[in-house]
Amino acid sequence: MELKSYKADLHMHTVLSPCGDLEMGPQNIISRAKEEGLDMIAISDHNCTRQVKVIQKLGRENGILVIGGAEVTSQEEAHCLCFFETDEQLDTFQQFLTEHLPHIPNDEERFGYQLVVNENEEIEDEEPYLLINAIDVDIEGLYDKVHEIGGLFIPAHVNKPSTSLMSQLGFIPPDLKADALEISKHVTKEAFLKKFAYLKRFSFIQSSDAHFTHLIGETYSIFHMYDLTFDEFRRTLRGEDGRFIELKQ
Amino acid sequence: MKVKELVEKLNLTVISGEKGLDREIDGCYVSDLLSDVMGNADMGNVWVTLQTHKNVMAIASLKELSCVVFVKNLNPAEETIEQSNEEDIPLLSTSMQTYEVVGKIYQLLNS
Repeated sequence: MELKSYKADLHMHTVLSPCGDLEMGPQNIISRAKEEGLDMIAISDHNCTRQVKVIQKLGRENGILVIGGAEVTSQEEAHCLCFFETDEQLDTFQQFLTEHLPHIPNDEERFGYQLVVNENEEIEDEEPYLLINAIDVDIEGLYDKVHEIGGLFIPAHVNKPSTSLMSQLGFIPPDLKADALEISKHVTKEAFLKKFAYLKRFSFIQSSDAHFTHLIGETYSIFHMYDLTFDEFRRTLRGEDGRFIELKQ
Repeated sequence: MKVKELVEKLNLTVISGEKGLDREIDGCYVSDLLSDVMGNADMGNVWVTLQTHKNVMAIASLKELSCVVFVKNLNPAEETIEQSNEEDIPLLSTSMQTYEVVGKIYQLLNS
């Protein structure tokens, strides 16, 4: 078997995130991903996975692998991407999020709508509690939970001067059990590692963190792997058998 | 002022790092962003925070702070406590919230 290259944008928000544009519905996301030639995207709303499955269905119909998960705000207010393979894992993780997100109602006027829509982009539900709050679980508790369920844990935009593991904790804990680190579009991996050589052991991804449709695919990573599956995605993060990730902007 | 005087005057709880109670205090820094403390706190500062992650201790030791005060009775992680005992940098706690305890520290250090 030969390595193939797959274009991946693994961080974006939908209409479920209060900050996500109302155009970020399932159909628009998939059609924009197709236009951009993306093979793989990840749906990562703030502290909620409820928009994942409908986009996965549309993705399957269009030959795009949709990785499901959430961008979780840890107790320290560090944003972390958490990804899962199966519906059962997603459901277990959603239960965990529901249990640990504070019950502070969303104020739509101030923060924006938190919509769950179906594949025809009709509103089915609204998330009642403000999703941009922090859950009451610290970073270690969070990655332990993600790994216990069988998911992948990737601290988001670690170079960002706010809401990142590095801004909140000063530096990445040396014993952090992360499956990769995400850097934002504002830095290259080379420039980042020049400043933080102690992070060399990690795999890196770079993604758009799109809140608007036109930004989908603006920043992406190329996954060199044998097939387009979640398991291959996981193995590529680990660099198994020659698989590797190339960062593109 | 020494850390132990601060403990007595503000009735703080000593969680760990007792051997460091004789450290001399020089000023105070208040922040919950560890990267900010790393960049801006000075040697000898009392650090008032609500972050309890073990990196708090790593930064306190790197910056040679005199002690750390956790507000609102927050409890540091076990590893934070262990490192405090190794480095002799006291971890203290108070039921007061930041506004209250920092006001008192300001008065004490500027009187």
